[in-house]
Amino acid sequence: MQERVKKPTFDVIGTRPVRPDGVDKVTGRAKFGADLKMAGQLVGKVLRSPHAHARIKSIDTSKALALPGVKAIVTREDFVEQASEFVPAGEMLINYRDVVRNVLAREKALYEGHAIAAVAAISESAAQAALDAIKVDYEVLPHVIDEVEAMKPDAPLLHDDMITAGVTPVPTKASNVAKRVEFALGDTAKGFAEADLIIERDFKTAPVHQGYIEPHACVASVSEDGSAELWVTTQGHWVVRAHCAKLLGWDVNKIRVTSSEIGGGFGGKTVVYLEPLALALSKKTRKPVKMVMSREDVFKATGPTSGATMHIKMGAKKDGTITAAEGELIFQAGAFQGSPVQPGAMCAFANYDLEHVKIVGYDVVSNRPKVAAYRAPGGPISTYAVESVVDELAETLGLCPLEMRLKNAAKEGTKAAYGPKFGPVGLVECLEAAQDSEHWKAPLGPNQGRGIAAGFWFNIGGETTVSLQLNEDGTLSLMAGTPDVGGLRASLSMMAAEELKMDVSKVRPIIADTASLGYNFLTGGSRSAFSSGMATVDAARSIIKQACQRAAKLWEIPEEAVTWEDGEVRPAGENAGKHKPMSLSDIGKIAGKTGGAIVGYAAISAQGAAPSFGVHIADTEVDPEDAGRAIHPSYVEGQYQGGAVQGIGWALNEEYIYGTDGRLQNAGFLDYRVPVASDLPMIDTIIVEVPNPRHPYGVRGIGETPIVPPMAAIAASVRRASGVRFFELPMSPPKVLKAMKAAGKA
Amino acid sequence: MRYEKPTTLEAATALLASAGTDARVLAGGTDLLVQIRARVLSPTVVVDIKGIEETRRITKDAGGYRIGSAVTGAELKEHPTLSKDWPGLIEAANLIGSTQVQGRASLGGNLCNGSPAADSVPGLIAAGAKAVIAGPSGQRELAVEDIMLAPRKLALTKGELIVAFKIAAKAPHSSDAYLRFIPRTEMDIAVVGCGVALTLDGSGTCTAARVSLGAVAARPLLVEDAAKALIGTKVDEPALVKLEAAARAACKPIDDKRGTIEFRIDIAGVLARRTALIALERARKA
Amino acid sequence: MAKHHVTTTVNGDSVEYLCESEQTLLDCLRDELELTGVKEGCSSGDCGACSVLLDGRLVCSCLVLGVEAEGRSIDTVEGMAQGEELHPLQRKFLEHAALQCGICTPGVLVAAKALLAKNPDPTETQVRYWLAGNLCRCTGYDKIVRAVMDAASEMRGA
Repeated sequence: MQERVKKPTFDVIGTRPVRPDGVDKVTGRAKFGADLKMAGQLVGKVLRSPHAHARIKSIDTSKALALPGVKAIVTREDFVEQASEFVPAGEMLINYRDVVRNVLAREKALYEGHAIAAVAAISESAAQAALDAIKVDYEVLPHVIDEVEAMKPDAPLLHDDMITAGVTPVPTKASNVAKRVEFALGDTAKGFAEADLIIERDFKTAPVHQGYIEPHACVASVSEDGSAELWVTTQGHWVVRAHCAKLLGWDVNKIRVTSSEIGGGFGGKTVVYLEPLALALSKKTRKPVKMVMSREDVFKATGPTSGATMHIKMGAKKDGTITAAEGELIFQAGAFQGSPVQPGAMCAFANYDLEHVKIVGYDVVSNRPKVAAYRAPGGPISTYAVESVVDELAETLGLCPLEMRLKNAAKEGTKAAYGPKFGPVGLVECLEAAQDSEHWKAPLGPNQGRGIAAGFWFNIGGETTVSLQLNEDGTLSLMAGTPDVGGLRASLSMMAAEELKMDVSKVRPIIADTASLGYNFLTGGSRSAFSSGMATVDAARSIIKQACQRAAKLWEIPEEAVTWEDGEVRPAGENAGKHKPMSLSDIGKIAGKTGGAIVGYAAISAQGAAPSFGVHIADTEVDPEDAGRAIHPSYVEGQYQGGAVQGIGWALNEEYIYGTDGRLQNAGFLDYRVPVASDLPMIDTIIVEVPNPRHPYGVRGIGETPIVPPMAAIAASVRRASGVRFFELPMSPPKVLKAMKAAGKA
Repeated sequence: MRYEKPTTLEAATALLASAGTDARVLAGGTDLLVQIRARVLSPTVVVDIKGIEETRRITKDAGGYRIGSAVTGAELKEHPTLSKDWPGLIEAANLIGSTQVQGRASLGGNLCNGSPAADSVPGLIAAGAKAVIAGPSGQRELAVEDIMLAPRKLALTKGELIVAFKIAAKAPHSSDAYLRFIPRTEMDIAVVGCGVALTLDGSGTCTAARVSLGAVAARPLLVEDAAKALIGTKVDEPALVKLEAAARAACKPIDDKRGTIEFRIDIAGVLARRTALIALERARKA
Repeated sequence: MAKHHVTTTVNGDSVEYLCESEQTLLDCLRDELELTGVKEGCSSGDCGACSVLLDGRLVCSCLVLGVEAEGRSIDTVEGMAQGEELHPLQRKFLEHAALQCGICTPGVLVAAKALLAKNPDPTETQVRYWLAGNLCRCTGYDKIVRAVMDAASEMRGA
């Protein structure tokens, strides 16, 4: 691993201590969503629709309720209607009117797997028997799966009252198009007139699932006085609390939510599915109710991200200067509106410094599970299409694709199509790092090709609370509220230790429950290290201030006469040298005598999240007799190899496959095909540090950008290896062979 | 569901005969347990045959090998001579699922699960394996290619189970190979599978051959025309071209989530050629 | 129907549990013996999160019936550390940051332990193919493979 580091010296930041939650995770001690067992708990299970689209005429639970061991059943009757109201969930918006319908179908089942009813029983087998005994009278309706089909005037309508937003004049007829968005700069007609070459292409991508290995799971316990405990695997337990309180009509403070260890989320654990059902069942029974999804449920009823149909047109001069760009994006939303088409549109051309841009997006519903956020939602999809066209422009103009990107790269001061001007960003640095990398210079063998692509992601801040206690022995207890999906506790401890000049092993972090801290927005948008980090630093600074006050009190000198230097509280000015400096450990010991516990608390709405860019290089070898297989993809990029590998899966194999009956045919890991260890090489990473000036330690989110470029990089490399250009994902073996034969290359 | 673990073939066949179609044989369980969990199958009795010694041992005599139907893939691989004598068959068996699945999955289970895409079945067919079948009225033998009739449909009658597979002693200058195509490198079901066994004479001419294809029809196929393309040749380019054509001609595949008709037919030819070349190389060295 | 009474050895200790015929070994380990280090990711043998050793043989516990454990010996992640001493694989996973969310980690550790018992000096390719049945969605496998190779090297030296 190489690191290109231009940074000030830190004592703790930049080192690699063992993470505080590590031992629990290698010994099996860590408790994930399904690992809690409460005394007397019942088993909760969900009845799901076998139909892609059906009116629910009636639900008869009487026989099921009469079965032995069956304690309660909830259906649509148990949830009240919600008014249309959009609230943020990660980087996407959700509407409570839709959420209540997704949690349990009301008028209609809108996709195979849509929850219809939930039961609580004394055992798995009793719960299953109850599901089998519930009688649902369905009127099966015609369904539509494909987003382009869904836009046609005669397509089956999912929602009779859906009028396309963002169009003038306002349409009078309902359709499956929920929304139109547009971002534009300059005059694209003028820009295209200046171009020597214009390339226009259509693209299609399949929906892909976040693929976290831990299924959704929770345990709810509601007592006789209505107070509720909820243990859940989630990226945001305050958000879960808010959603559950809203759907159930309960006071927020009655629900205490504890986030378990989370076995992967990638955006998919930012919304509620089982949680309101478990609470409602527990309220009916006053017993704890545990609910765990099967893998089939996870595929059929949660996530995925959108599949899309896209049209991209770009023009460039002979020297590679891009003169204009236009795009049209049609994104699947699933059964309810709210695809990531807006961020997809915003990201599409963000890599480039362009004068003339126009991008239009459509949010389209069809009979599929409602999409959820997936790592940089929308970004990888539009980037795949745009970067593929940039690659083709470079190839046709006889230019190096990397140099063409350098020529047009967004930099400080670039105005993005979606409005703002970028501050200091690192795309040029990333491209230069890629250009200098061993990988870019390495020779290729026969049937091998190399592709490159860049990617961008915004990153967000938001409401965050952290509490830091200085204990009586000088150690620190840190409470944060953004669930730790991949090492957050380690990085927060390090920031606290850095600020307080302490050994990082003296900081013990936990993720607190919703009753123990102020509101925290969820872990998503690459915000947790940024926002909770910012709050941690604020809390640490508060500890320093209090430590100085306590010393001043002890030394009987004015507070202004005390300073914090090199990890010590020292008397300053005319008092300098008159008292022995005190460490935080010393201060902790006298806290009780000088005013009580010392607690740093920061409740902020983090601002200044900075975007990040990444560049990936991929090598591919295509077997001209059978099919494409990435044998040596290596990525030059920000930080996470995992994002790159999710991108490899997206590019080559992962997809949702539907039958003509509207049912999902590959709802399991066997045929969904996420990458396995033997599919992959080691992945080189180059960390290009361009500190974010608006964070105390220069932090910018990096969890999402890595998944933005890989599909385009792999597509470009497959193009060079096979001689064929692909416009559809995944580039699965039958498609690759067919295209190569058509082109006479196999 | 009742679980039974008999220790004799008589007890097992009696249990199976009395329960009829609601009974299922449990060997490694890597397909059966998944199907029960998914509620594809709801057997009233599961008969675990691993308590019956004959299903769990590998014996070798002058006539060849007798491999218990419930011997696992991992155990096959660890046998001191099997991998040397029948490398293709052992590779095929070891392509089923993960290392974890190898610890459980058996040749008998792979065949009796009744999937046209089972990896070890073309390996068994190419090797000319015969299944030893025990039933209420005694034992019989049937060539492996005659056992599976259609997806999930076997030529076994009520109360019958497969006890073992008999494979001939390896002839001089003979060997076998198995290849499959999958989209990933592991953990997938074959989109096409191909087993080839061949024997050479002293001059390198092919004197006997068996070619089997999986996942290209409703059942794994023994492709006699493909074998004929090799027999009497030095397995040279013209023979390989004929082999490809014969393999493709035998395919009657379907379009499904794992592959298209066109792709499967195409790949069947490519795999037949590549598999034959591996078997040839091995036979030359054998 | 009466439950089966199963007597088996788990991590070296003799234990007993009652189970229904349908219950898998995974269900029994987690629900009856509360060994929740054994994870459930798919219950179809495709993810490896429930990996355990059954008489020393690596298997998915979701593909074994609980009743089949009678008289056998089972090793789970909970049995890897000896007292205060972590197994070298556990230490190397921590040192190499070979885990992010950690849900696949117990299964990967058990699988890697089985590999090193059989092959103390595996190549990178051997590690990758042996672990192909253990899905990890966070790491891209890179650091996992490095940690296993490093642990193997340390264990050979020891």
